Formats: sequence, C-alpha cells, structure tokens
Amino acid sequence: MKKLFALVLALALCLSAFSFTAVAEMEDVKLGVILLHDEDSTYDLNFINGVYEAMAILGLSEDQVIMKRNIPETNECYEAALDLVDEGCTIVFANSFGHESFLLQAARECEDVQFCHATGTMAHTAGLPNFHNAFAAIYEGRYLAGIAAGMKLNELKAAGLLKGEVPMMGYVGAFTYAEVISGYTSFYLGAKSVCPDVVMKVQFTGSWYDEMEERSAATALINAGCDLISQHADSMGAPTACENAGIPNVSYNGSTVASCPNTFIVSSRINWAPYFVYICNQVAAGEAIATDWTGTIATGSVVLTDVNTAVAAPGTVEAIAETMTALQNGEIKVFDTAADAFITVGGEKLVSYIADVDTDELYTPDTEVVADGYFHESEFRSAPYFDVRIDGIELINQMY
Amino acid sequence: MTSSKINKAHEPLFHLSKRDGIAFWKAWLIRIAAVALGLAVCGLVAYLFSDKLRTGKKTLEDFYYCFIKGAFGTERKLWKFLKNMAVLQCISLAVTPAFRMRFWNIGAEGQTLMGVWGAIAVAFYLGGKVPEWLLLIIMFAAALVCSAVWAVIPALFKARWNTNETLFTLMMNYVATYVVSYFLVVWVPSGSSALGKLKYGKLPPLPFGNQYLLIILISLAMTVLLYIYLRHSKHGYEISVVGESERTARYSGMNVGKVIIRTMVVSGLLCGLAGYLIGAGLDQSVNTESVGGQGFTAIMVSWLAKFNPLVMLLTAGLVSLLNSGAAQISQDLNVSGAFPDVIVGIILFFIIGSEFFINYRIVMSRKGHAGKEVLK
Repeated sequence: MKKLFALVLALALCLSAFSFTAVAEMEDVKLGVILLHDEDSTYDLNFINGVYEAMAILGLSEDQVIMKRNIPETNECYEAALDLVDEGCTIVFANSFGHESFLLQAARECEDVQFCHATGTMAHTAGLPNFHNAFAAIYEGRYLAGIAAGMKLNELKAAGLLKGEVPMMGYVGAFTYAEVISGYTSFYLGAKSVCPDVVMKVQFTGSWYDEMEERSAATALINAGCDLISQHADSMGAPTACENAGIPNVSYNGSTVASCPNTFIVSSRINWAPYFVYICNQVAAGEAIATDWTGTIATGSVVLTDVNTAVAAPGTVEAIAETMTALQNGEIKVFDTAADAFITVGGEKLVSYIADVDTDELYTPDTEVVADGYFHESEFRSAPYFDVRIDGIELINQMY
Repeated sequence: MTSSKINKAHEPLFHLSKRDGIAFWKAWLIRIAAVALGLAVCGLVAYLFSDKLRTGKKTLEDFYYCFIKGAFGTERKLWKFLKNMAVLQCISLAVTPAFRMRFWNIGAEGQTLMGVWGAIAVAFYLGGKVPEWLLLIIMFAAALVCSAVWAVIPALFKARWNTNETLFTLMMNYVATYVVSYFLVVWVPSGSSALGKLKYGKLPPLPFGNQYLLIILISLAMTVLLYIYLRHSKHGYEISVVGESERTARYSGMNVGKVIIRTMVVSGLLCGLAGYLIGAGLDQSVNTESVGGQGFTAIMVSWLAKFNPLVMLLTAGLVSLLNSGAAQISQDLNVSGAFPDVIVGIILFFIIGSEFFINYRIVMSRKGHAGKEVLK
C-alpha cells in the first residue's frame, strides 16, 4: 500500500513538474497574425475564428496574440512582420497568397522567429529553416460536400424535377487556378461517386471577393439549366442568388444556413485552429515546424458544417460519415485514376501527369504526381497543384 | 400668438458672415481646438465600440497613446512613418501644380499606379538581361513616361475640347487598375494573379543610415524644388494666373492650353517618381493595391496645405500620423479593420470643418431686437 502510494505520489509529482514546464514555455509563445482583410471577409473571418479557437485550446492570454488586419500584399506586409517581431512575437503568420514573398524577406532578416504562411508554395524550395507553408487537404472536404450534392441530384431526378436530361451542377470559381480547379474537380468527383451521369459548368469571376459578380455568375448558371450550385469565392453572392431562385446550394468557408434556410445543404471549410495549435506547441517545445504542413480530416483541419436536413436528401449525414471514415482509412482516394469512367481526359484514363510543384519563374511542370492509381494531391507540397481539366466539366470562361 | 410666430420667422438665432481675414494665431487656435474636439469624439466612439475599453482591459489613455505609439513607438516605426509620409508627400506634390491652376486632377492614383507598373514591367522583361544599374535607369525612365502619358491624355482633351477633367482623370484611374490586372494575368500563368517580389530592379539604399532614408531625402528635395518652381519661376506664375482667371491669362498673351498640358506633364512626372519609389524602392512588384488609395488622400493633403508644398509636409505628416495611429488602435484594441477608418474620418471631418470657422464668422443676433422692429 505504501509502495503504491509512493508510486502515485512520484507519478503525480512528475506529471505536475512536466505540465508546469510545458505551461511555462507556452507562456513564452507570442503569435502575430497578418490578415489581408478583416472580419467582413469570410476568408479572413475563418482565420480569425481559428486564432480564437487555438487561444482557447492552448490557454493563450490576449497579450500573447496580435492581429494585424487589412495588410495588403506589398512592402507593408514585410513591415508588419518586422513590427510583430519588435513586439516580441515568436511566430509570425500571414494568411494571403500574395503575402508570401514579403514574408520571406522578413524571414531572411529574423532567424530567431518562425514565419508561417498559409496557401504558399515557396517554403520547400526557399531552404530557410524558419519559413513554413501550410494548407489543408480541403479537396477531401469538397469531395464529401459533393456527395451531398450528388444525393440531392438523385432525389430531384427520382422526383422528376431535373431541368434537363442529365443532372447538371453549376460552380462559381474565383480564378482558373490550381487551388480552385482542385476544389471544383473534387466536388464534382464527390457528386459523381453517387450520381454517375452528373455534368458540371464552371464560371469564373476573376476575383476572390466580388459579391455582384458572384451573384450574377450564379444567376447565369441557374438560367443555363443548373440544378444545383456550389462556389469557391468568398462573398455571399452565390448563396444569395440560389436562395432567391430556390436552387440548392453547397457553400464554402462556413455555414450560410442563417441567410439561406431553404437552399443551403452543407459547407466545407478549412479549420485553421489545429495549425495554430501545432505551431505554438512546436515553438513552446523547441521543436521544428514542418516545412510543408497539410491539415487533414484526421487533424481536424478539414471540416464540414452541419447538414441542413430540411434541404438535403435523406441519408446524407450517414453517407458523409461513412465516406469520411473511408477517406481517413485510405480505402478511397478522391483523385482515383484507376477506377473506370471516373477521372478521364479526352475519354482516356489519366496515367501520368507532371505538375508544377516547385515554383519557378516560368511555371514549368516538374514532378510526376500520378502513381499507385491516384493523383497525389498536396503530398509534394501543402498547396494544391491539381490543375487537370477532366471530362464532364465544362469551363464557360477562364479567368487568370 | 401670431405675432410671436412672425418674430421667429424673421429672427434667426445667428447668421454667418465672411471674414475679411483672420489673425494667424486665431486660425491656429481654431484648428487646434478642432483637433482636440475630434479626438474627444473619437474617444467617445471608441468607448462605445470597443469591448476592451468598456471592460477596462485597455484605458482611454492607451487609446490616445496609440497615435504616438503607432508612429514613434519603435525606431523602425519612426522610419516607416517618415517613409510613408515621404511617399504621400511626393504624390501630394504631384497634384498641387494642377490644383493651383484649378485643374481638378483626381487621377493621381492611376498616374502613380502606371508609374509602378512601368517600372515593374521593365524589371520583369529586362531583369537579369542588362546590368542592374542600367535596369534601374530604364525603370526610372519608364515610370516617368507612363505616368506622364497617363496625366497628359486628360490634359490634351481639356485643352483641345474642354472636356471635364475631373471625370476624365477619375476614369483613367479605373483604366490603370485594369491595365495592371491584365498584365498580372499575362505575367503569372499559374492563375493566382500574385506577382511576387522580383529578383532584379531593387533601388539600393544609401550606404549609410536607414533603408528608407533615400526615399525621404528625394521627397524632401522635390518639395523644395516644387516650391521654387511654383513661387519663383515664370511657369509657376503662369499657373497662378490661369488659376485666377483663364480670360486674364489669355488676354495677357498666355497659351492656356499649353500651360495646362505642361503643368499636367509636371504632375505626371512627379507621380512617376512616386511610382518608381514604390515599385523599385519598396515593393519590387505591382498589384492593383500598390498605391493603396494614396492618390486620393494626396488631394486632401494638398488642399489642407492650401497648395503650399512646404505646409504640405505638415499635413502629409498629420495624415500619416493618423493612419499609423489608427492601425495601432486596430491592433491594440483588437477591433475590425473598418474602425480605424472611422477614427481617421472623424478627426479629418473636424479639421476640414474648422476651415469653415476660419473663413466665416458666426454673428449672434441681438435678443428680440429685430423682432420688435417688425412689430412696430
């Protein structure tokens, strides 16, 4: 009994000592966050919410986090980063693609501070130990959202409510850019996995945030005979157009159910909190941060909002849960190039693809990414590089 | 009852009269009072909108200290403040000659953006192919030419067909934005439209002092040069005459069209210089936000200084101070990005409003005096 008591006491002491040191080190962490816009942009709001969630998880105080809003993709980003270093930040994070080269410049000057950049592509070739990229395998989330879309189309088809012969989806994209192409293709494939004859039209707006353009693009797609709309752009334009026209919508970046109760089905989004938790923990423990970090369903980075059962087809929640497990186990791959009549280009299966993984000035493709029966998205670097135009998806316009 | 109603209709509480002139100290007293009042209102608004202030995590003292901390908090902040002020000053100088001849050029944003674009286009196509010193010179020339062309087009139309220069220069801003958007698509084939920092074409800093010192010195030199140009040259005199009255200018034998075009070339060249400082000196890249609205802010800076280049140092400094203070407020109080704009807006509203009280006098009516006259 005494022995046991001593053992428990020793264990308790060890644990308390351990947790004490961990807390002490977490106290030294100070996170600086550079944001392109502010709460008014769904893209930036998603990061801000991630910061707050991470603060709650790690018990960070308000003094340990500084946010700089409305920082453009210019020299001002470099200045903001250095100012955060002056404020004592041990980690500086920036959230917009165009921030990268300016953040890199700051990283070169401050070796003792960790610089983390979301959506960027340069970390794995820059060769700086204190500069890191991060993204999430959001294509998995889009695939799951696509399943909800495909099931809704099946429901419409069974009820004889399709506008045309075959089920047709519309997609409002920002730019004809790998991140968007990877997104709409995975969404399409998710729908196709349950509704094999689905086709899709994509219209680009040429802007990440343009409410009017997004609304009119969605309206044009609806008028062109689309039975369901999804989007990859940051405003409420497309969801609003769908609600007005009574067309089901699969959203992005967060739930739009409050404004669109009659048409919202489900939304996928990247949760950045796990990444913030990860980088703070690494710095607190004195460990290195991964050069490229790709969040997954398992890390909690790829999440779906609650399904709006009032609009979604029956069984959607169960089907999503089932596929989510299968994706996590590796039983199914989103970009499955081996399956018959799934991913085809000009009627042929995709057997090889050289993607532009290492960014250079001429954007030359450099890495074979099709192997073992699937396209290895977000494995050679965190940011997406799937930019294949596959059969079944018609691009109405292109916007670079 | 009826008679008292008549009284009120004929007897306003006060009326306004234009001042013939005002003592220097009086004008400044009014301005300082306006800023103080503006700051007080800002404090009130901040208190209403910031959770941190209301819950006592931050005090009003912290709030006001942000204005000093934002610009002078660290050595780096001080240099950044001086650099921001220098760039804004340069663009403000650019709009000034045209304003002095009452040519309302509100196209400095687009003219400067074209300067940035011109410099970066040269760096993009020739970077690494010609020696760096030569590249920098060609970039400079390209910036000047692009901005001057952008400024001279509306001037030509004004001189030849008397088109409205305000609308014309405004439209040219949008065209410039789309020119940049178009080239970003051409230059960045991956589709992200984000041109990172270019490797070549970086204006080297002075061998001594801060990296921004060169920009600051160039801007100061331009201020002095433009002051001399406007005050002590024949050109400057002609600008003033055209501004006073085009007919007088014509009568005295001046070619008004030529003066307009020449002055807009000067404006364009100064915008080109500002664009070069931004493109080669700071960003080594271009996007639609490269000028970031400074072309519009410059109008106010120039107007507040009554188109005097030396006084403009003061007004450019004030606006830069407010901007850096506002950014600091957003950061320290953790409020959304629109809030700092509200703060800057309130203070500028009071400053601009104070000009009214400097130009006009409020005369209170003597009690009931006029009314009794009516009754009789």
